[in-house]
Amino acid sequence: MSGHSKYEPKTGFERWLDVRLPIVRMAYDTAIDFPTPKNLNYWWTFGGILAVCLVIQIVTGVVLAMHYVANAGLAFNSVEHIMRDVNHGWMIRYIHANGASMFFLAVYVHIARGLYYGSYKAPREILWLLGCVIYLLMMATAFMGYVLPWGQMSYYGAVVITNLFSAFDNVIPGVGTAITTWLWGGFAVDNATLNRFFSLHYLLPFMIAGVVGLHIWALHVPGNNNPVGVDVKSKEDTVPFHPYYTVKDGFAILVFLLLFSWFVFFAPEALGHADNQVMANPLATPSHIVPEWYFLPFYAILRAVPDKLFGVLGMFGAIAMLFALPWLDTSKVRSMRYRPTARWFFFLFIAATLGLGWCGGKLPDDVVIPIGRDAVTGDPTGFTVVMLSRVLAVYYFAYFIAVLPLLGLFEKTLPVPDTISTPVLPKGGAAMLSGATASPEKKG
Amino acid sequence: MAETVNAHETHGDDPSRRDFIHIAAMATGAVGVAAVAWPFIDQMNPSADTLALASIEQDIGKVAPGQQLVVKWRGKPVFVRHRTPAEIAASVKDDHADMRDPATDASRTKPGKQEWLIVIGVCTHLGCVPNFGTGDYGGWFCPCHGSVYDTAGRIRKGPAPRNLELPSYEFTGPTKVKIG
Ligand code: FES
Repeated sequence: MSGHSKYEPKTGFERWLDVRLPIVRMAYDTAIDFPTPKNLNYWWTFGGILAVCLVIQIVTGVVLAMHYVANAGLAFNSVEHIMRDVNHGWMIRYIHANGASMFFLAVYVHIARGLYYGSYKAPREILWLLGCVIYLLMMATAFMGYVLPWGQMSYYGAVVITNLFSAFDNVIPGVGTAITTWLWGGFAVDNATLNRFFSLHYLLPFMIAGVVGLHIWALHVPGNNNPVGVDVKSKEDTVPFHPYYTVKDGFAILVFLLLFSWFVFFAPEALGHADNQVMANPLATPSHIVPEWYFLPFYAILRAVPDKLFGVLGMFGAIAMLFALPWLDTSKVRSMRYRPTARWFFFLFIAATLGLGWCGGKLPDDVVIPIGRDAVTGDPTGFTVVMLSRVLAVYYFAYFIAVLPLLGLFEKTLPVPDTISTPVLPKGGAAMLSGATASPEKKG
Repeated sequence: MAETVNAHETHGDDPSRRDFIHIAAMATGAVGVAAVAWPFIDQMNPSADTLALASIEQDIGKVAPGQQLVVKWRGKPVFVRHRTPAEIAASVKDDHADMRDPATDASRTKPGKQEWLIVIGVCTHLGCVPNFGTGDYGGWFCPCHGSVYDTAGRIRKGPAPRNLELPSYEFTGPTKVKIG
């Protein structure tokens, strides 16, 4: 892609194919010979981990669809059938269900890495935007997938999320209701809703795969960012993707799969909710409904705003911030290694987001810091979860619309090295490099 | 010579004429795309059999004062609440209290049938089903984000923007209602 292809077809068949469909050349240039900055750390392995997650979800999902029935009367029992009767069904479903959580875990690390090392800055804005699109598609897919087992949490998750659109009734009366009716295919979440969610849940992963293709394409034009954040200046700054990063990514993938397996085999329900073991009942809501953990920060923002419409806007706005980020951060320095002040704001941002996630899982009126006691009931009163969510949500938005735009103008950054190699070399000598990065794959 | 003249009179090169053809072709194409897209969008709307389940008849004679019956109508719960005189009095007393969605108690029931409050049991916030008899006003309390409704189904506290919705219904007998 970038630079000249070094692929040389070795067999007659490869030569024949290469002038008709250079697919082997493309694979070679993308995954073997691709010049990659030599200083990528383990935070960079999550791209590969995410690719593995997507494949796992698609494979297990296609298999589950062979046994699942998308019908409001049968869905819940068909999932029980998968768990009890289908050969290895329990394992495949637990891989799929926990796989969604693992996918989000990896994507959050991947996004945080991009935030810290400034991977969204020029010339990688499109790469970043495509990543945001993938993230949105992932959220839609995960949400609809969670509805399919048709338990109580599935049902009321679908009710609450689709009802977010009814907030538009506050803008133009009737529009919100028209949208929700259209989404549901009825006057409430029901069989029609379940069917379309199943259809879309099956479709979207393939759309994700398509956008991942674009994401990788957009990655291979400017090449990887790196922990130092300076551009690749010469061949000495890079190593071929294979074997250096196939091995590094491979090792990280194995470690990640260990964690994945631990959940699947030792704590398969740890991230689920007991209420979802009860079949959906449109006439009674469970006493405490919460979304899956990966949506909790946004849920907390929704609840932090007392107004319905603005709560919904705040929730979507939190994601919109990511899209606008490349144009909000004014700093010329990519990596926060050289931005001592920004780094602290970044760590605070991560803490605020985790804090919002914690708030999202609590009841809004739970007391975080007890100050007194209610005179009548004797319950503790004081600083509640909603109040904490408000503080954290304000910081979340401020990070994007105040801190990053302003800090870029005022921050005193540390000296940025000229090249990727400079920080690791005793005195900037490029001569040292040849030994360290000689190509072992060629030695045998 | 004649040929040259003909060439000048060929309107195919007239820019405004060509623009017109482009625009007309694109407009026709856009109408065609919209005409094909609409069925694919509209298929998501409620189907004929869903719409046909529009009304139900219910005997409510067995609901004792102070209790409620939950019936399913168009996939949603409908609360049929037999209110006690005390509940009605408390609600009427609050008719002019400060409320987000002001409504009188009388406007929430049928004339002469104040004891029967019939509302759609869907929280106007984000659609959960409020719990009967809980909350500060003895009406309903929504467990999802804490909206509080009074015994006339009016929103009194919490994030919900509107009162519990009233379905269209009529009494077909002393203790018989037709909802929808
Ligand atoms: S759905 Fe009832 S308070 Fe939110």
